[in-house]
Amino acid sequence: MRYIDEYRDARLAHALAAEITRRVTRPCVLMEICGGQTHTLMRYGIDELLPSPIELVHGPGCPVCVTALETVDKAIQLASRPDVTLVSYGDMLRVPGSRSDLFRVKAGGGDVRVVYSPVEALKVARARPERQVVFFAVGFETTAPANAMAVWQARREGLKNFSMLVSHVLVPPAIRLLLSSPTNRVQGFIAPGHVCTVMGYREYEVLSRDFRVPIVVGGFEPLDLLEAISMLVAQLEAGRAEAENQYVRSVCYEGNLPAQRLMGQVFEVCDRKWRGVGLIPQSGFRLKPEFAAHDAEKVFDLADAEVDEPPECISAQVLQGLKKPVDCPAFARTCTPENPLGAPMVSSEGACAAYYQYRRHVTGKSDVRSPKSEVKDGRLDVR
Amino acid sequence: MCLAVPGKILEVEEREGSRIARVQFGGITRPAYLDFVPEAAVGDFVMVHVGFAISRVNAEEAARTYELLEEMGLLEESEIPSPESDESMSDVRSPKSGAKT
Repeated sequence: MRYIDEYRDARLAHALAAEITRRVTRPCVLMEICGGQTHTLMRYGIDELLPSPIELVHGPGCPVCVTALETVDKAIQLASRPDVTLVSYGDMLRVPGSRSDLFRVKAGGGDVRVVYSPVEALKVARARPERQVVFFAVGFETTAPANAMAVWQARREGLKNFSMLVSHVLVPPAIRLLLSSPTNRVQGFIAPGHVCTVMGYREYEVLSRDFRVPIVVGGFEPLDLLEAISMLVAQLEAGRAEAENQYVRSVCYEGNLPAQRLMGQVFEVCDRKWRGVGLIPQSGFRLKPEFAAHDAEKVFDLADAEVDEPPECISAQVLQGLKKPVDCPAFARTCTPENPLGAPMVSSEGACAAYYQYRRHVTGKSDVRSPKSEVKDGRLDVR
Repeated sequence: MCLAVPGKILEVEEREGSRIARVQFGGITRPAYLDFVPEAAVGDFVMVHVGFAISRVNAEEAARTYELLEEMGLLEESEIPSPESDESMSDVRSPKSGAKT
């Protein structure tokens, strides 16, 4: 496919890795924010292609993983009601709530449907006027314009049976929190290319200036990520701290203005609790008061319970880049994609699931899984 | 979740005040709303996320980036061993896997 295949060229990947190796003279810790980028790095073995001074840690950029446990419980409450059809992106179904998950509610007869686009949720609401249709609107800035459009459209049509349970999160406040922490180790960030496609990268310029940290907006293919890493290393070696854009084929400085306009009409910024991280000020979107008729939190009387995570799950530290999935005693033992303890093992973009899928836990260990030949499976064999 | 996939606009129609495109991703086609990329036209590539185009692929910038990469690759060629496996990594991921979220 055009704009994908050419960015997976093994020869150029080797060339970029060689250039990075030549450039780097000191240890550096880099973080990619987006779970999609984590997935590419693991899938293609880019972490193993890089020279040893470069350590990659993985950020909190997986909306499925950071949706608060309380919010997952609210979705489960809604899906359990006989008058409600809950519509969701597929990844949310197996995310553990405090006592159940949406998949189990569905198996028990709850009306839970999976869609690819919020537009399909609207179709369900139009087709079933006797049902209350609730769309579970999770996502980062990338997904916000589409979800905003669904609510906008619902209001325009006067759809009385459509509402959204909104759990939108924003990337820059999370980066600010990570950089403000006394335990922060991250010296350079790969900013999420599709979030920046929508938002531009003005906000990242402010962050790089405030914290004197290099930030490069990166794409999602192997060559994109290698080039972004190369640009970060060049900045670190030169003592620069700027916001740069590697993903020029999709991202421009001011972002997508029509999308930002609609988001501004539908959403307002609010404090938001992130699973595994805690409350981050001004880090989420909620619906504006004029959309209250489509806000599931207002339409339904939802209990807001205090809930706890399983104590053995270290996803909090994993999501903040303080620990790697393999540092967790439960990883690949009591916590697997089939039986996840925490959300990062559920979503295909969660760091734990990526490590598990691409066998990062078998290196040097014989007790866990699979012969070596399998290690190559599914990875771009660039070595 | 934030995946967006590049696809080529095959045709555009107006429906209920929205422009909707038929977009080709490798072997499959899917509809995509063009509300956020009013400038996109037939023949353009757009990045599509959950059924909405969020950017028009900047072909000139893409070409320039790739030429730079190519140049560097040629310079490197003499210094590195050639990969034993396939030159292309394109077959490792099915086009479907990217199209969902």
